[in-house]
Amino acid sequence: MDDSSNRHDSGHDHEHQAVPSDLALRVKSLESLLVEKGLVDRAALDALIDTYQHKVGPRNGARVVARAWVDPAYRQRLLTNADAAIAELGYGGMQGEHMVVVENTPKVHNLVVCTLCSCYPWAVLGLPPVWYKSAPYRSRAVIDPRGVLREFGLTLAEDVEVRVWDSTAELRYLVLPERPSGTERMSEAELATLVSRDAMVGVSKVVLAEKGAAA
Amino acid sequence: MNGVHDMGGMHGMGPIGWEKNEPVFHASWEGRACALLLAMNCWEKWTLDALRHQIERIPAADYLRMLYYEKWVAALVELTVTAGLASRQEIESGVPTLGATKSNPPLTAEKVPGMISNGAPASRNLPVPPRFHRGEHVRARNINPIGHTRLPRYARGKHGTIHIDHGVFVFPDTNAHFLGEQPQHVYSVRFTARELWGDQASPRDTVYVDLWDEYLEAA
Repeated sequence: MDDSSNRHDSGHDHEHQAVPSDLALRVKSLESLLVEKGLVDRAALDALIDTYQHKVGPRNGARVVARAWVDPAYRQRLLTNADAAIAELGYGGMQGEHMVVVENTPKVHNLVVCTLCSCYPWAVLGLPPVWYKSAPYRSRAVIDPRGVLREFGLTLAEDVEVRVWDSTAELRYLVLPERPSGTERMSEAELATLVSRDAMVGVSKVVLAEKGAAA
Repeated sequence: MNGVHDMGGMHGMGPIGWEKNEPVFHASWEGRACALLLAMNCWEKWTLDALRHQIERIPAADYLRMLYYEKWVAALVELTVTAGLASRQEIESGVPTLGATKSNPPLTAEKVPGMISNGAPASRNLPVPPRFHRGEHVRARNINPIGHTRLPRYARGKHGTIHIDHGVFVFPDTNAHFLGEQPQHVYSVRFTARELWGDQASPRDTVYVDLWDEYLEAA
């Protein structure tokens, strides 16, 4: 992908450059009202934000993937009863109550989208990135998945079957990526550091990265 | 409703704005907005389906223009006013009406870890019989309800195959409108890309859509 794209809402955000301060004020005013009325507890808001900034994120999913790579019995449990297998590692709950794990192979590539809104497996990946929730990805992932993947720098051979999972109900999907070759001697913890959020959504593969940190 | 939110298969939305090292929130107001909505959900005055429908009802041009958490704020305001938790005047002024009674928030900081680890399952452990079974051929019904639905337009009228029976879940088309849960089976339905998009699509590719019993008919 184009690393120079450092704004978060391509195409439509130019007109927003002046807006955020107004939005920030509106949200501040709303928070102050709801706290004043006893409808929300400010400390609860802080705890929620802290949870999704520091505790629940793609590292959870990466640990699940790494465990599946090193433990064939776990992998089997993960593919047949994802909720229970994910709970074994202590994850689950909000927006991860009903998990399905789909496995990439040399002949099958899985891609996850929510065309209708922004459904995403929070319990294992945290809150979704802006591109996942935005119109370009949501509109094209189902009609042109190979084009979307090329935009992410991934060109698939014609003989690979692409399976797109549209999260239209309360099932939440996690892609189990292929374990890259050359990682045979790596520990489970080392493997987990290779697994990127994007690979678990299905828009990239896991690579033995000289490029460095996972997205 | 046939809103702009139902955008699977549309063209012209531009390039995907992937961002390197994207932060969880791009500004502190986004985190506050996210947390406000999650905390207000705990009043249980509306369902998750009603929340989704409220966001869908944002006028199309605004829906495409607004930032993600901006849409959450817009929906939260409407839901809060409709539920009678605060008045529009209070929200506009930012201060409670004189003499208004003060409530006790249902979500306190101590309850946050439990709320997140428990979640809110939408499945129902009820003996509802499935109308379809794995491997059966089905057609997604051609419905165009004005209210909430999770049957995307691109699948309507299309032929598919039952891939997985996920079990019994609340039905969003009624639950969004406070008309009851009408629990029924949800299936992962497999559509070939060519059935959905014609000959331009790869003959190998498939799209799996999670659909409720009422969205399907035998084919």
